[in-house]
Amino acid sequence: MKNTFALALALGDDALIAAQRLGEWASRAPEMEEDIALANIALDQLGAARLLLTYAGELEGAGRDEDALAYLRDDREFTNCLLVELPNGDFAVTMAKLLLLSAYQLPLYTALAGCADERLAAIGAKARKESAYHLDHAALWVRRLGDGTDESHRRMQAAVDEVWPYAQELFRPWPGAPVDPATLRADFDGRVDAVLAEATLTRPADGWAPAGGRDGLHTEHLSFLLAEMQVLHRAHPGAKW
Amino acid sequence: MYGNDFSAPENTPGGGLLGEVEAAEAALREAATRQRGAAGPDADLEAYFADVIDADQKIEPRDWMPEAYRKTLIRQIAQHAHSEIIGMQPEGNWISRAPSLKRKAILLAKVQDEAGHGLYLYAAAETLGISRDELVQLLLDGRQKYSSIFNYPTLTWADVGAIGWLVDGAAIVNQVPLCRCSYGPYARAMIRVCKEESFHQRQGYEILHTLAHGTPAQKAMAQDAIDRWWYPSLAMFGPPDGDSTHSAQSMAWKIKRFSNDELRQRFVDMCVQQAEILGLTLPDPDLRWNDDRQAYDYTQPDYDELMRVIKGNGPCNRQRMEHRRRAHAEGAWVREAAAAYAAKHTSREKVAA
Repeated sequence: MKNTFALALALGDDALIAAQRLGEWASRAPEMEEDIALANIALDQLGAARLLLTYAGELEGAGRDEDALAYLRDDREFTNCLLVELPNGDFAVTMAKLLLLSAYQLPLYTALAGCADERLAAIGAKARKESAYHLDHAALWVRRLGDGTDESHRRMQAAVDEVWPYAQELFRPWPGAPVDPATLRADFDGRVDAVLAEATLTRPADGWAPAGGRDGLHTEHLSFLLAEMQVLHRAHPGAKW
Repeated sequence: MYGNDFSAPENTPGGGLLGEVEAAEAALREAATRQRGAAGPDADLEAYFADVIDADQKIEPRDWMPEAYRKTLIRQIAQHAHSEIIGMQPEGNWISRAPSLKRKAILLAKVQDEAGHGLYLYAAAETLGISRDELVQLLLDGRQKYSSIFNYPTLTWADVGAIGWLVDGAAIVNQVPLCRCSYGPYARAMIRVCKEESFHQRQGYEILHTLAHGTPAQKAMAQDAIDRWWYPSLAMFGPPDGDSTHSAQSMAWKIKRFSNDELRQRFVDMCVQQAEILGLTLPDPDLRWNDDRQAYDYTQPDYDELMRVIKGNGPCNRQRMEHRRRAHAEGAWVREAAAAYAAKHTSREKVAA
């Protein structure tokens, strides 16, 4: 039960922080169609976050709902992976992050869909369909940018190099959890390698492996993100919206 | 789907107007079944065009139309499209700070819808023989305008509610008659847009309703937002009838169906009752029922201020344009990459075939 709560919370935090970053793109995308796509993906992530956080709150049994968990925890209590809290950077960085995140979430949610916990299974079954769309969208752009112009190739390779180290944290073994993320690495590698090859990009070597998100040890970015996200909610304690 | 996230209080906005949208849609379908032949080779095109307008039939992209009709429509539809795109900014400003996850989801969906409305409208304008890229360039160069309302700042969360209730409300009152406008593609775009906008308006109203029934600080926030958005919303209907440059011709062509002042009055009458239900006041001491006119008397907005804003000197004109130009400029390398990729892959497929 304790592992189920911790996993639901961690995955809910991943989705929530990813949604927050994607939401920052609204009205800033390179083309109007992409404004719609990024908002769409942000909405999917937010939807998954709400289901996961609501369930985590129920498992915890301390009366915290999705908003209490999202708005009234500090950065040391958030357990999202570092990847999702990294700044958006340019469009290539955003697409590199989305590629790694969705290539992780797709097998993860698929595995959850088959796990023994009924609520997690239902959430996984819903979210994996959305992840497949996110992965498809990210892969499309990584190919376009990687195999587009010299400038876009340079930026896409730089983006992959920049975010690659953060992928390793995603697969830290989690014995006893409803799904152990360590078992998903091969699936992730297969999908990402195929996209990078088609995009004429070089897969970076594994080396520096920043981690700590699952333990509440974040980058310096998260505290700023939360300050913005939580400012209004915290200014009106107990209010309904 | 987020539009149905809450149960609507009694007398929420949109109901009667949505009925008008449905009726316009039915009329459009009915008109489509009344087949009319294309003008013959010897026909008098101007007379034929006038007959179509008189018979309340739709002009379609393939039909002959006066050059001035085409130009007026391009200007009006494009400015409408630009307004949707610029209009993403004031509300987008609150996505990151929305005070609950449910509100964040509703707001994200709304801003996404606005981008979609922009796309429908650019597509409608393109049927008149101009490209979206050209229209976007006209906006970026400041040669075409967008709605003056989006040059006002969103200072608190309640502004998101006030924009939904008042700004989207004014937009719907303006747009519902356009569902019957003489140009088919515009009428059809307006039907789709109005249906979604009426959800947005209800959502905005619901935000204000929640705030007005919340803590004293929340209620004060809601009142302050209405105080700031009321007159700019009234000004959205444009200058008073005597000063409106495009009106007479647009009425004759059945692009416009009602005058600026008629629509403004309809909006005021609608809002008074809704404000009472909210338990909030409209910031006009002279607002009162006039039994002779069967309408509310009200104080006109400051049209000098409207002209200043239209000319570029409102609170956020520079910021909104700078934001749009920056997004466009910073996205250029992405669009170029997509074009290069498409060109490469089409030619590769040709080689493979």
